Amino acid sequence: MVKMTGAEMLLECLKKERVSQIFGYPGGVVLPIFDALYKDPSLSVVLTRHEQGAVHAAEGYARTTGEVGVVLVTSGPGATNTVTGLADANMDSIPLVVITGQVPTKMIGNDAFQEADIVGISRSCTKHNYLVRDIAELPRIMKEAFYIARSGRPGPVLVDIPKDVIVDRAEFRYPETLALRGYNPTVHGNRWQIRKAAGLIAKAKKPVLYVGGGVIASDSHAELAELVALSKIPVTLTLMGLGAFPGDDPLFMGMLGMHGTYAANMAVHHCDLLIAVGVRFDDRVTGKIAEFSPHSKVIHIDIDPTSIRKNFRVDVPVVGDARLILSDLLEDVRKIRDEDGLSDIGEWNDQIRGWKEERPLTYRHDSEVIKPQFVIEKAFDLTGGDCIVSTDVGQHQMWTAQFFKFLKPRTWLTSGGLGTMGYGFPAAIGAQRAFPKRRVIAVTGEGSFMMNIQEMATVASLEIPVKIVVLNNKYLGMVRQWQEFFYGGRYSSSFVGQSPDFVKLAEAFGVAGFRATRTDEVEEVLLKGLSTKGPVLMEFMVDPEENVFPMVPAGGSNIEMIFEAPVRPSEKPARSSRKEKDSVITA
Amino acid sequence: MNALSQKRHYIQVLVENRFGVLSRVAGLFSARGYNIESLSVGAGQDPSVAQMTIVTVGDDHVVEQITKQLNKLVDTIKVVDLSATPFVCRETVMVKVNTTTRPEDRQEAFRIAEIFRAHIVDTSPATYTLMATGEEEKIEAMIGLLRPLGIKELVRSGTIAIAREEVKPSSKSSRHESEITA
Repeated sequence: MVKMTGAEMLLECLKKERVSQIFGYPGGVVLPIFDALYKDPSLSVVLTRHEQGAVHAAEGYARTTGEVGVVLVTSGPGATNTVTGLADANMDSIPLVVITGQVPTKMIGNDAFQEADIVGISRSCTKHNYLVRDIAELPRIMKEAFYIARSGRPGPVLVDIPKDVIVDRAEFRYPETLALRGYNPTVHGNRWQIRKAAGLIAKAKKPVLYVGGGVIASDSHAELAELVALSKIPVTLTLMGLGAFPGDDPLFMGMLGMHGTYAANMAVHHCDLLIAVGVRFDDRVTGKIAEFSPHSKVIHIDIDPTSIRKNFRVDVPVVGDARLILSDLLEDVRKIRDEDGLSDIGEWNDQIRGWKEERPLTYRHDSEVIKPQFVIEKAFDLTGGDCIVSTDVGQHQMWTAQFFKFLKPRTWLTSGGLGTMGYGFPAAIGAQRAFPKRRVIAVTGEGSFMMNIQEMATVASLEIPVKIVVLNNKYLGMVRQWQEFFYGGRYSSSFVGQSPDFVKLAEAFGVAGFRATRTDEVEEVLLKGLSTKGPVLMEFMVDPEENVFPMVPAGGSNIEMIFEAPVRPSEKPARSSRKEKDSVITA
Repeated sequence: MNALSQKRHYIQVLVENRFGVLSRVAGLFSARGYNIESLSVGAGQDPSVAQMTIVTVGDDHVVEQITKQLNKLVDTIKVVDLSATPFVCRETVMVKVNTTTRPEDRQEAFRIAEIFRAHIVDTSPATYTLMATGEEEKIEAMIGLLRPLGIKELVRSGTIAIAREEVKPSSKSSRHESEITA
């Protein structure tokens, strides 16, 4: 058998794992790998302009395709620049294999040029990581890395390869099987527990399905839809779960939690059975945990045993793959229906309809000043929801989650757990690369966009037709909103003010740019932008002081939602006295 | 959390005997804010595995999370919370004490060693080094008695623990059974 270099071997491993797309950035120690890539046209590389962008792009690729996203970067700063992306993927359970170069084995620990202990640094923000110390280990480690990344609760795996391993030569043999005695995720749910869950579902008078990203990761939206069709149980989705159930279905209550809908939060609070599927009871979902869903029995289905009872009590835990568990559950619920019938929940659904009508998601439309929610609604209307949408983090993210109706899974990309500003635009690049013919829209704010704005060069040079929607309110909006509500209106460091002229900047990068400053220009700009070929930036100058509602103040119970800015009693005298003073001066 | 529900747990962890595994386990505890009272590691019977004994304090909820999180590590093969079953735990201590502070100290140190069945593993004109093995209470008691002599140096191994062999119901006497449940 012919011997090959570590670099060539690495590419063979990637091909064995059916990888065709890599996101990366070259540098010193990985030059032999990039050289091997140059000679091998079967693997395409997207050169981003920053390693963080490469990781988010791979995340976007992974989330839209369901496959493992692959990143290749150099040692030292190349590796450390991936950390935010790794932490993001780790929180949101995104399967990635991140390959970093490392200084030669003999130099490790000597503070060599571009050396960083990335295995140590990334230990707590990866699912697992490896340092390859011998070329003989490389194929096994790569096979394990892909398996670990995609199985169980998916996540990022980092593989650090020293320069001497990259250039060393050996025979290539890809292992057929894996021998990971310490890693064996539970896939099939316990049948006894599932039967118990079915029993609770059949008897519940006021059940709610609380569904998250696990349903998307396990591709169990069809089973979920069947369960809802069978039982008529209303559904609320987490931020990560949007798209797992059609956003226009009458049994969909909207998102729950801090910026969730009134109906969803009320239903979760008053339900007698909470069926949690692929969720982890995040604090942004539960609000004050002691007052979350206080009257319910809880069924919790999740593949990660550590998610069970981490934050919240559970009556019937079922560990395993949501798709397999839901199909077993369906079988059991059907059986009960045929034998004893299911309890009638018509009254409960009427009550929820009442809550929906009582306080729907809404905003005050303005015929002059552009309301950000209006832009999102229009984008949904014009596309009919037939597109992939990514967001950054902040107000625009919540407005998109609220006002864009996600109809299908894997069409919504957002940084849920880590809340990474700068995530959305590169993630859209990855999604567009996976689906070159689909429409991909990156919704962002002028704050978040600046965090990875360099990727405009990537979309321009590779003609990746991402449509960027910048909602420019001149503030770090969510920070400003909190400062308005809870910090006496002291806008400390949240006023961005002078942003660059994004339209001109886009043009400078080679991206088409359009701007709307009045409400009546919104539709025209969107139409023009969405129908222009190639990458496009659309900037909307929106109301600077618009807030996201409903809102559960941090630490509050979910039913203590507010629908308008709170009145600050302590502020009032101060303000009035200042007014008096002002009037004295002017008088 | 109720302070009364805080209990000491002895957790046995079997891990791959590989580069970096110890820091994964230790890092897990620090990253998630769990206590480590003691941690001892050694090669297992099979040289490809390492055996850890971790002593931690927490309520049931925290310890449940600790064992789950340990299990989640890819390099972890097995996790057993020994506290749920009968087990034996031992710790070794080596103490270097002054024996010349007071005139009778050299004999006193010798007597203490006898009482605790400690060995004198090193000696010099002015010191003895005592080595003792036992449960934590015994070790603490010995240290307490040695303190007036003046402890120059003290090294503890950390606790290791092993489950008691389960006695099969057929061979189990009724007296033994009641002992276990008590």
